Amino acid sequence: MVRDDFLFEYLLRLGDNTLILGHRVSEWCGHAPVLEEDIALANTALDMIGQTQMWLGLAAEVEGKGRNADALAFTRDVWDFRNLLLVEMPNGDFGQTLMRQFLFDAFHSILLGRLMTSSDTRIAGIAAKASKEVSYHLERSAETVVGLGDGTEQSHERMQAALDYLWPYVGEAFIGDTVDAEMVAAGIAPDPASLRAEFDEIVTRVFAEATLKLPESRFAHKGGKTGNFHTEHLGHLISTLQWLQRAYPGCTW
Amino acid sequence: MTETMEKPTEADIWHWLDAVPDPEIPVISIVDLGIVRDVAWEGDTLAVSVTPTYSGCPATSIIAMDIETALRDQGIERIEIRTQIAPAWTTDWLTDKGRAEMEKFGIAPPSPAAGPERCPHCGGTHLEKLSQFGSTPCKAQWRCKDCLEPFDYFKCI
Repeated sequence: MVRDDFLFEYLLRLGDNTLILGHRVSEWCGHAPVLEEDIALANTALDMIGQTQMWLGLAAEVEGKGRNADALAFTRDVWDFRNLLLVEMPNGDFGQTLMRQFLFDAFHSILLGRLMTSSDTRIAGIAAKASKEVSYHLERSAETVVGLGDGTEQSHERMQAALDYLWPYVGEAFIGDTVDAEMVAAGIAPDPASLRAEFDEIVTRVFAEATLKLPESRFAHKGGKTGNFHTEHLGHLISTLQWLQRAYPGCTW
Repeated sequence: MTETMEKPTEADIWHWLDAVPDPEIPVISIVDLGIVRDVAWEGDTLAVSVTPTYSGCPATSIIAMDIETALRDQGIERIEIRTQIAPAWTTDWLTDKGRAEMEKFGIAPPSPAAGPERCPHCGGTHLEKLSQFGSTPCKAQWRCKDCLEPFDYFKCI
Protein backbone atom coordinates (compact mmCIF):
# COMPACT_ATOMS: atom_id res chain seq x y z
CA MET A 1 0.00 0.00 0.00
CA VAL A 2 1.24 3.42 -0.87
CA ARG A 3 0.94 6.16 1.72
CA ASP A 4 -1.97 8.52 1.08
CA ASP A 5 0.18 11.63 1.40
CA PHE A 6 2.41 10.45 -1.45
CA LEU A 7 -0.58 9.56 -3.60
CA PHE A 8 -2.17 12.95 -2.84
CA GLU A 9 1.04 14.68 -3.91
CA TYR A 10 1.20 12.66 -7.15
CA LEU A 11 -2.44 13.42 -8.02
CA LEU A 12 -1.85 17.14 -7.42
CA ARG A 13 0.91 17.01 -10.02
CA LEU A 14 -1.43 15.49 -12.59
CA GLY A 15 -4.30 17.85 -11.79
CA ASP A 16 -2.20 21.00 -11.50
CA ASN A 17 -0.60 20.40 -14.91
CA THR A 18 -4.00 20.35 -16.60
CA LEU A 19 -5.42 23.14 -14.42
CA ILE A 20 -2.60 25.59 -15.08
CA LEU A 21 -2.25 24.79 -18.78
CA GLY A 22 -6.05 24.75 -19.17
CA HIS A 23 -6.18 28.25 -17.66
CA ARG A 24 -3.28 29.50 -19.78
CA VAL A 25 -4.91 28.26 -22.98
CA SER A 26 -8.28 29.75 -21.96
CA GLU A 27 -6.57 33.18 -21.88
CA TRP A 28 -6.75 33.02 -25.69
CA CYS A 29 -10.54 32.85 -25.73
CA GLY A 30 -11.70 35.67 -28.02
CA HIS A 31 -8.13 36.61 -29.03
CA ALA A 32 -6.96 33.88 -31.41
CA PRO A 33 -5.88 34.84 -34.95
CA VAL A 34 -8.87 33.13 -36.63
CA LEU A 35 -12.21 31.81 -35.42
CA GLU A 36 -11.37 28.12 -35.96
CA GLU A 37 -8.24 28.44 -33.83
CA ASP A 38 -10.13 30.33 -31.15
CA ILE A 39 -12.66 27.49 -30.93
CA ALA A 40 -9.93 24.85 -30.98
CA LEU A 41 -8.03 26.56 -28.15
CA ALA A 42 -11.18 26.95 -26.05
CA ASN A 43 -12.07 23.28 -26.60
CA THR A 44 -8.57 22.12 -25.66
CA ALA A 45 -8.73 24.25 -22.50
CA LEU A 46 -12.14 22.81 -21.68
CA ASP A 47 -10.87 19.23 -22.00
CA MET A 48 -7.99 20.02 -19.66
CA ILE A 49 -10.23 21.68 -17.07
CA GLY A 50 -12.50 18.61 -17.23
CA GLN A 51 -9.50 16.36 -16.62
CA THR A 52 -8.50 18.62 -13.71
CA GLN A 53 -11.88 18.05 -12.12
CA MET A 54 -11.27 14.29 -12.15
CA TRP A 55 -7.65 14.42 -10.94
CA LEU A 56 -8.18 17.03 -8.22
CA GLY A 57 -11.48 15.38 -7.26
CA LEU A 58 -9.62 12.14 -6.63
CA ALA A 59 -6.79 14.00 -4.86
CA ALA A 60 -9.31 15.56 -2.47
CA GLU A 61 -10.90 12.15 -1.84
CA VAL A 62 -7.50 10.60 -1.09
CA GLU A 63 -6.59 13.50 1.19
CA GLY A 64 -9.78 12.91 3.19
CA LYS A 65 -9.95 16.35 4.77
CA GLY A 66 -13.31 17.35 3.35
CA ARG A 67 -11.89 19.42 0.52
CA ASN A 68 -13.05 19.01 -3.09
CA ALA A 69 -11.61 19.79 -6.53
CA ASP A 70 -12.80 23.41 -6.34
CA ALA A 71 -11.24 23.97 -2.92
CA LEU A 72 -7.93 22.63 -4.21
CA ALA A 73 -8.04 24.75 -7.37
CA PHE A 74 -9.25 27.99 -5.83
CA THR A 75 -7.89 28.19 -2.30
CA ARG A 76 -4.33 26.83 -2.37
CA ASP A 77 -1.51 29.34 -2.42
CA VAL A 78 1.09 29.45 -5.15
CA TRP A 79 3.71 27.41 -3.23
CA ASP A 80 1.22 24.54 -2.92
CA PHE A 81 0.97 24.05 -6.69
CA ARG A 82 2.74 21.03 -8.18
CA ASN A 83 2.59 21.67 -11.92
CA LEU A 84 5.56 21.49 -14.27
CA LEU A 85 7.22 24.86 -14.95
CA LEU A 86 6.54 24.35 -18.68
CA VAL A 87 2.77 24.78 -18.31
CA GLU A 88 2.99 28.04 -16.35
CA MET A 89 5.14 29.75 -19.00
CA PRO A 90 3.40 32.73 -20.62
CA ASN A 91 1.43 32.34 -23.85
CA GLY A 92 3.69 34.63 -25.89
CA ASP A 93 2.51 34.65 -29.50
CA PHE A 94 0.26 32.01 -31.04
CA GLY A 95 3.31 29.99 -32.12
CA GLN A 96 4.76 29.91 -28.61
CA THR A 97 1.40 28.77 -27.21
CA LEU A 98 1.19 25.91 -29.72
CA MET A 99 4.85 24.96 -29.20
CA ARG A 100 4.24 24.72 -25.45
CA GLN A 101 1.10 22.70 -26.14
CA PHE A 102 2.95 20.30 -28.43
CA LEU A 103 5.76 19.72 -25.92
CA PHE A 104 3.24 19.08 -23.15
CA ASP A 105 0.88 16.96 -25.31
CA ALA A 106 3.75 14.69 -26.38
CA PHE A 107 4.74 14.07 -22.75
CA HIS A 108 1.12 13.90 -21.54
CA SER A 109 0.01 11.36 -24.16
CA ILE A 110 2.87 9.00 -23.27
CA LEU A 111 2.26 9.37 -19.52
CA LEU A 112 -1.50 8.77 -19.82
CA GLY A 113 -0.89 5.70 -21.97
CA ARG A 114 1.21 4.24 -19.16
CA LEU A 115 -1.22 5.31 -16.42
CA MET A 116 -3.98 3.33 -18.16
CA THR A 117 -2.39 0.20 -16.71
CA SER A 118 -1.98 1.69 -13.21
CA SER A 119 -2.55 -0.68 -10.29
CA ASP A 120 -4.98 1.96 -8.97
CA THR A 121 -8.16 1.44 -11.04
CA ARG A 122 -9.38 4.98 -10.32
CA ILE A 123 -6.24 6.40 -11.90
CA ALA A 124 -6.42 3.93 -14.80
CA GLY A 125 -10.04 4.99 -15.47
CA ILE A 126 -9.30 8.71 -15.56
CA ALA A 127 -6.22 8.12 -17.73
CA ALA A 128 -8.25 6.08 -20.24
CA LYS A 129 -10.82 8.87 -20.49
CA ALA A 130 -8.24 11.68 -20.76
CA SER A 131 -6.05 9.76 -23.19
CA LYS A 132 -8.72 9.82 -25.91
CA GLU A 133 -8.93 13.60 -25.69
CA VAL A 134 -5.19 14.12 -25.54
CA SER A 135 -4.56 12.11 -28.71
CA TYR A 136 -6.64 14.78 -30.54
CA HIS A 137 -4.69 17.55 -28.81
CA LEU A 138 -1.38 16.04 -29.89
CA GLU A 139 -2.54 15.54 -33.47
CA ARG A 140 -3.54 19.20 -33.71
CA SER A 141 -0.55 20.74 -31.91
CA ALA A 142 1.91 18.62 -33.93
CA GLU A 143 0.21 19.60 -37.23
CA THR A 144 0.32 23.27 -36.25
CA VAL A 145 3.99 23.11 -35.24
CA VAL A 146 4.77 21.61 -38.66
CA GLY A 147 2.57 24.13 -40.48
CA LEU A 148 4.18 27.15 -38.80
CA GLY A 149 7.72 25.74 -38.56
CA ASP A 150 7.76 24.84 -42.23
CA GLY A 151 5.76 27.95 -43.15
CA THR A 152 6.96 31.45 -43.99
CA GLU A 153 10.35 32.82 -43.00
CA GLN A 154 8.71 34.79 -40.20
CA SER A 155 6.64 31.91 -38.81
CA HIS A 156 9.71 29.65 -38.95
CA GLU A 157 11.82 32.13 -36.98
CA ARG A 158 9.12 32.58 -34.36
CA MET A 159 8.69 28.82 -33.91
CA GLN A 160 12.43 28.31 -33.56
CA ALA A 161 12.55 31.12 -30.97
CA ALA A 162 9.63 29.51 -29.11
CA LEU A 163 11.38 26.14 -29.08
CA ASP A 164 14.67 27.65 -27.88
CA TYR A 165 12.81 29.52 -25.12
CA LEU A 166 10.73 26.56 -23.90
CA TRP A 167 13.21 23.72 -24.28
CA PRO A 168 14.97 24.25 -20.89
CA TYR A 169 11.56 23.69 -19.23
CA VAL A 170 11.02 20.27 -20.84
CA GLY A 171 13.53 18.17 -18.90
CA GLU A 172 11.75 18.57 -15.55
CA ALA A 173 8.97 16.23 -16.70
CA PHE A 174 11.42 13.32 -16.84
CA ILE A 175 13.21 13.81 -13.52
CA GLY A 176 11.95 11.50 -10.78
CA ASP A 177 11.94 12.07 -7.02
CA THR A 178 10.75 10.30 -3.85
CA VAL A 179 7.07 10.66 -4.79
CA ASP A 180 7.70 9.07 -8.19
CA ALA A 181 9.71 6.26 -6.60
CA GLU A 182 6.81 5.46 -4.25
CA MET A 183 4.41 5.36 -7.22
CA VAL A 184 6.71 3.09 -9.21
CA ALA A 185 7.10 0.71 -6.24
CA ALA A 186 3.31 0.43 -5.87
CA GLY A 187 2.75 -0.05 -9.61
CA ILE A 188 0.69 3.14 -9.72
CA ALA A 189 2.74 5.20 -12.16
CA PRO A 190 5.79 4.85 -14.41
CA ASP A 191 9.28 6.12 -13.68
CA PRO A 192 9.34 9.53 -15.45
CA ALA A 193 12.80 8.80 -16.90
CA SER A 194 11.35 5.79 -18.73
CA LEU A 195 9.12 8.11 -20.82
CA ARG A 196 12.01 10.07 -22.31
CA ALA A 197 12.97 7.81 -25.23
CA GLU A 198 9.45 7.78 -26.64
CA PHE A 199 9.18 11.56 -26.14
CA ASP A 200 12.48 12.15 -27.96
CA GLU A 201 11.27 9.99 -30.82
CA ILE A 202 8.07 12.06 -31.24
CA VAL A 203 9.72 15.48 -31.00
CA THR A 204 12.63 14.51 -33.28
CA ARG A 205 10.22 13.33 -35.96
CA VAL A 206 7.92 16.37 -35.73
CA PHE A 207 10.73 18.95 -35.57
CA ALA A 208 12.44 17.37 -38.59
CA GLU A 209 9.22 17.75 -40.54
CA ALA A 210 8.79 21.30 -39.18
CA THR A 211 12.40 22.18 -40.27
CA LEU A 212 13.14 23.22 -36.68
CA LYS A 213 16.42 22.60 -34.91
CA LEU A 214 16.23 20.77 -31.61
CA PRO A 215 18.46 22.55 -29.05
CA GLU A 216 21.38 20.38 -27.99
CA SER A 217 21.51 21.36 -24.32
CA ARG A 218 19.71 19.10 -21.88
CA PHE A 219 19.86 21.73 -19.11
CA ALA A 220 16.55 21.61 -17.20
CA HIS A 221 15.00 24.20 -14.91
CA LYS A 222 13.19 22.42 -12.12
CA GLY A 223 11.15 23.04 -8.99
CA GLY A 224 7.59 23.10 -10.39
CA LYS A 225 6.44 19.55 -9.70
CA THR A 226 8.05 19.53 -6.25
CA GLY A 227 6.74 23.03 -5.52
CA ASN A 228 10.21 24.15 -4.42
CA PHE A 229 10.63 26.89 -6.96
CA HIS A 230 7.97 28.14 -9.37
CA THR A 231 8.61 30.94 -11.86
CA GLU A 232 7.31 34.46 -11.27
CA HIS A 233 4.60 33.78 -13.88
CA LEU A 234 2.54 31.38 -11.76
CA GLY A 235 1.53 33.87 -9.07
CA HIS A 236 0.08 36.26 -11.65
CA LEU A 237 -1.89 33.45 -13.28
CA ILE A 238 -3.27 32.29 -9.94
CA SER A 239 -4.32 35.78 -8.90
CA THR A 240 -6.62 35.82 -11.95
CA LEU A 241 -7.72 32.19 -11.57
CA GLN A 242 -8.62 32.56 -7.89
CA TRP A 243 -9.81 36.16 -7.86
CA LEU A 244 -13.51 35.44 -7.31
CA GLN A 245 -13.04 32.95 -4.45
CA ARG A 246 -10.50 35.24 -2.79
CA ALA A 247 -12.70 38.34 -3.06
CA TYR A 248 -15.91 36.50 -2.12
CA PRO A 249 -14.90 33.39 -0.15
CA GLY A 250 -17.28 30.45 -0.58
CA CYS A 251 -19.31 32.24 -3.25
CA THR A 252 -21.49 29.88 -5.32
CA TRP A 253 -24.08 30.41 -8.05
CA MET B 1 -44.35 7.45 -4.59
CA THR B 2 -46.99 5.96 -2.31
CA GLU B 3 -46.61 2.55 -0.68
CA THR B 4 -49.25 0.97 -2.87
CA MET B 5 -47.86 2.23 -6.17
CA GLU B 6 -45.96 -0.28 -8.27
CA LYS B 7 -42.38 0.56 -9.12
CA PRO B 8 -41.97 1.25 -12.83
CA THR B 9 -39.94 -1.47 -14.54
CA GLU B 10 -36.45 -0.81 -15.81
CA ALA B 11 -37.77 -1.18 -19.37
CA ASP B 12 -40.24 1.68 -18.71
CA ILE B 13 -37.43 3.81 -17.38
CA TRP B 14 -35.23 3.19 -20.42
CA HIS B 15 -38.20 4.12 -22.57
CA TRP B 16 -38.70 7.41 -20.71
CA LEU B 17 -35.01 8.23 -20.84
CA ASP B 18 -35.08 7.66 -24.59
CA ALA B 19 -37.37 10.70 -24.76
CA VAL B 20 -34.79 12.98 -23.09
CA PRO B 21 -32.95 14.90 -25.84
CA ASP B 22 -29.24 15.60 -25.79
CA PRO B 23 -29.04 19.34 -24.96
CA GLU B 24 -26.48 20.08 -27.71
CA ILE B 25 -27.85 17.80 -30.44
CA PRO B 26 -31.56 17.73 -29.60
CA VAL B 27 -32.48 15.36 -32.47
CA ILE B 28 -30.92 12.42 -30.63
CA SER B 29 -31.75 11.14 -27.18
CA ILE B 30 -29.31 10.58 -24.34
CA VAL B 31 -29.96 6.83 -24.75
CA ASP B 32 -29.06 7.05 -28.48
CA LEU B 33 -25.88 8.87 -27.48
CA GLY B 34 -24.95 5.87 -25.33
CA ILE B 35 -24.24 7.84 -22.18
CA VAL B 36 -26.86 6.17 -19.96
CA ARG B 37 -24.95 3.09 -18.82
CA ASP B 38 -27.20 1.55 -16.19
CA VAL B 39 -30.59 1.89 -14.55
CA ALA B 40 -31.30 -0.05 -11.35
CA TRP B 41 -33.60 0.06 -8.35
CA GLU B 42 -31.81 0.03 -5.03
CA GLY B 43 -34.69 -0.24 -2.56
CA ASP B 44 -36.82 2.87 -3.11
CA THR B 45 -34.04 4.71 -4.91
CA LEU B 46 -33.52 4.62 -8.64
CA ALA B 47 -29.83 4.73 -9.53
CA VAL B 48 -28.96 6.01 -13.00
CA SER B 49 -25.33 5.78 -14.16
CA VAL B 50 -24.24 8.34 -16.72
CA THR B 51 -20.91 8.50 -18.55
CA PRO B 52 -19.69 11.91 -19.76
CA THR B 53 -18.78 12.19 -23.45
CA TYR B 54 -15.81 14.53 -22.98
CA SER B 55 -14.48 15.21 -19.49
CA GLY B 56 -14.94 18.97 -19.84
CA CYS B 57 -18.31 18.79 -21.58
CA PRO B 58 -20.44 21.57 -20.04
CA ALA B 59 -23.63 19.69 -21.02
CA THR B 60 -22.98 16.98 -18.40
CA SER B 61 -24.67 18.82 -15.53
CA ILE B 62 -27.61 19.87 -17.75
CA ILE B 63 -28.08 16.23 -18.77
CA ALA B 64 -28.20 15.13 -15.12
CA MET B 65 -30.84 17.80 -14.44
CA ASP B 66 -32.88 16.76 -17.50
CA ILE B 67 -32.82 13.10 -16.41
CA GLU B 68 -34.01 14.01 -12.95
CA THR B 69 -36.81 16.20 -14.29
CA ALA B 70 -38.00 13.52 -16.74
CA LEU B 71 -38.11 10.82 -14.06
CA ARG B 72 -39.80 13.08 -11.48
CA ASP B 73 -42.49 13.83 -14.05
CA GLN B 74 -43.18 10.07 -14.09
CA GLY B 75 -43.63 10.10 -10.31
CA ILE B 76 -40.26 8.76 -9.24
CA GLU B 77 -39.11 10.62 -6.16
CA ARG B 78 -35.82 9.16 -5.12
CA ILE B 79 -33.27 9.40 -7.90
CA GLU B 80 -29.55 9.13 -7.66
CA ILE B 81 -27.48 10.09 -10.68
CA ARG B 82 -23.98 8.68 -10.69
CA THR B 83 -21.13 9.72 -12.93
CA GLN B 84 -19.34 6.67 -14.23
CA ILE B 85 -15.92 7.39 -15.72
CA ALA B 86 -14.76 3.85 -16.59
CA PRO B 87 -15.08 2.32 -19.10
CA ALA B 88 -14.61 5.57 -20.99
CA TRP B 89 -17.41 6.61 -23.36
CA THR B 90 -16.85 5.69 -26.97
CA THR B 91 -18.69 6.70 -30.13
CA ASP B 92 -19.23 2.95 -30.72
CA TRP B 93 -22.06 3.26 -28.19
CA LEU B 94 -24.11 5.53 -30.46
CA THR B 95 -27.17 3.62 -31.61
CA ASP B 96 -27.94 3.16 -35.33
CA LYS B 97 -31.09 5.22 -34.81
CA GLY B 98 -28.96 7.98 -33.26
CA ARG B 99 -26.47 7.92 -36.13
CA ALA B 100 -29.24 8.17 -38.73
CA GLU B 101 -30.99 11.07 -36.91
CA MET B 102 -27.68 12.87 -36.52
CA GLU B 103 -26.93 12.69 -40.24
CA LYS B 104 -30.44 13.90 -41.11
CA PHE B 105 -29.81 16.89 -38.79
CA GLY B 106 -26.64 17.79 -40.78
CA ILE B 107 -23.94 16.30 -38.57
CA ALA B 108 -21.79 13.57 -40.12
CA PRO B 109 -21.74 10.58 -37.71
CA PRO B 110 -18.40 9.22 -36.44
CA SER B 111 -16.52 6.89 -38.71
CA PRO B 112 -13.51 4.71 -37.91
CA ALA B 113 -11.82 6.09 -41.04
CA ALA B 114 -10.83 9.16 -38.96
CA GLY B 115 -13.07 11.41 -41.02
CA PRO B 116 -16.67 11.57 -42.27
CA GLU B 117 -17.79 9.07 -44.92
CA ARG B 118 -19.91 11.55 -46.84
CA CYS B 119 -21.37 15.04 -46.73
CA PRO B 120 -24.54 15.02 -44.59
CA HIS B 121 -26.10 17.58 -46.96
CA CYS B 122 -25.49 16.23 -50.49
CA GLY B 123 -23.84 12.87 -49.90
CA GLY B 124 -20.67 14.04 -51.69
CA THR B 125 -17.39 12.31 -50.89
CA HIS B 126 -14.88 15.05 -51.77
CA LEU B 127 -14.33 16.38 -48.27
CA GLU B 128 -11.74 18.47 -46.46
CA LYS B 129 -11.05 19.13 -42.79
CA LEU B 130 -11.26 22.77 -41.71
CA SER B 131 -10.44 22.33 -38.03
CA GLN B 132 -9.87 19.57 -35.51
CA PHE B 133 -12.45 21.22 -33.22
CA GLY B 134 -15.98 22.44 -33.86
CA SER B 135 -18.86 24.05 -32.00
CA THR B 136 -18.62 21.51 -29.15
CA PRO B 137 -15.70 19.37 -27.89
CA CYS B 138 -17.19 16.28 -29.60
CA LYS B 139 -17.22 17.77 -33.11
CA ALA B 140 -14.77 18.83 -35.83
CA GLN B 141 -15.39 21.21 -38.75
CA TRP B 142 -15.33 19.84 -42.28
CA ARG B 143 -16.36 21.12 -45.70
CA CYS B 144 -17.83 19.37 -48.72
CA LYS B 145 -16.04 20.25 -51.96
CA ASP B 146 -19.02 19.05 -54.01
CA CYS B 147 -21.74 21.30 -52.56
CA LEU B 148 -19.25 23.71 -50.87
CA GLU B 149 -21.20 23.58 -47.59
CA PRO B 150 -19.37 23.37 -44.27
CA PHE B 151 -20.64 20.81 -41.79
CA ASP B 152 -19.97 19.37 -38.34
CA TYR B 153 -18.40 15.93 -38.00
CA PHE B 154 -18.95 13.99 -34.78
CA LYS B 155 -15.43 12.83 -33.89
CA CYS B 156 -14.73 9.16 -33.39
CA ILE B 157 -13.31 8.43 -29.95
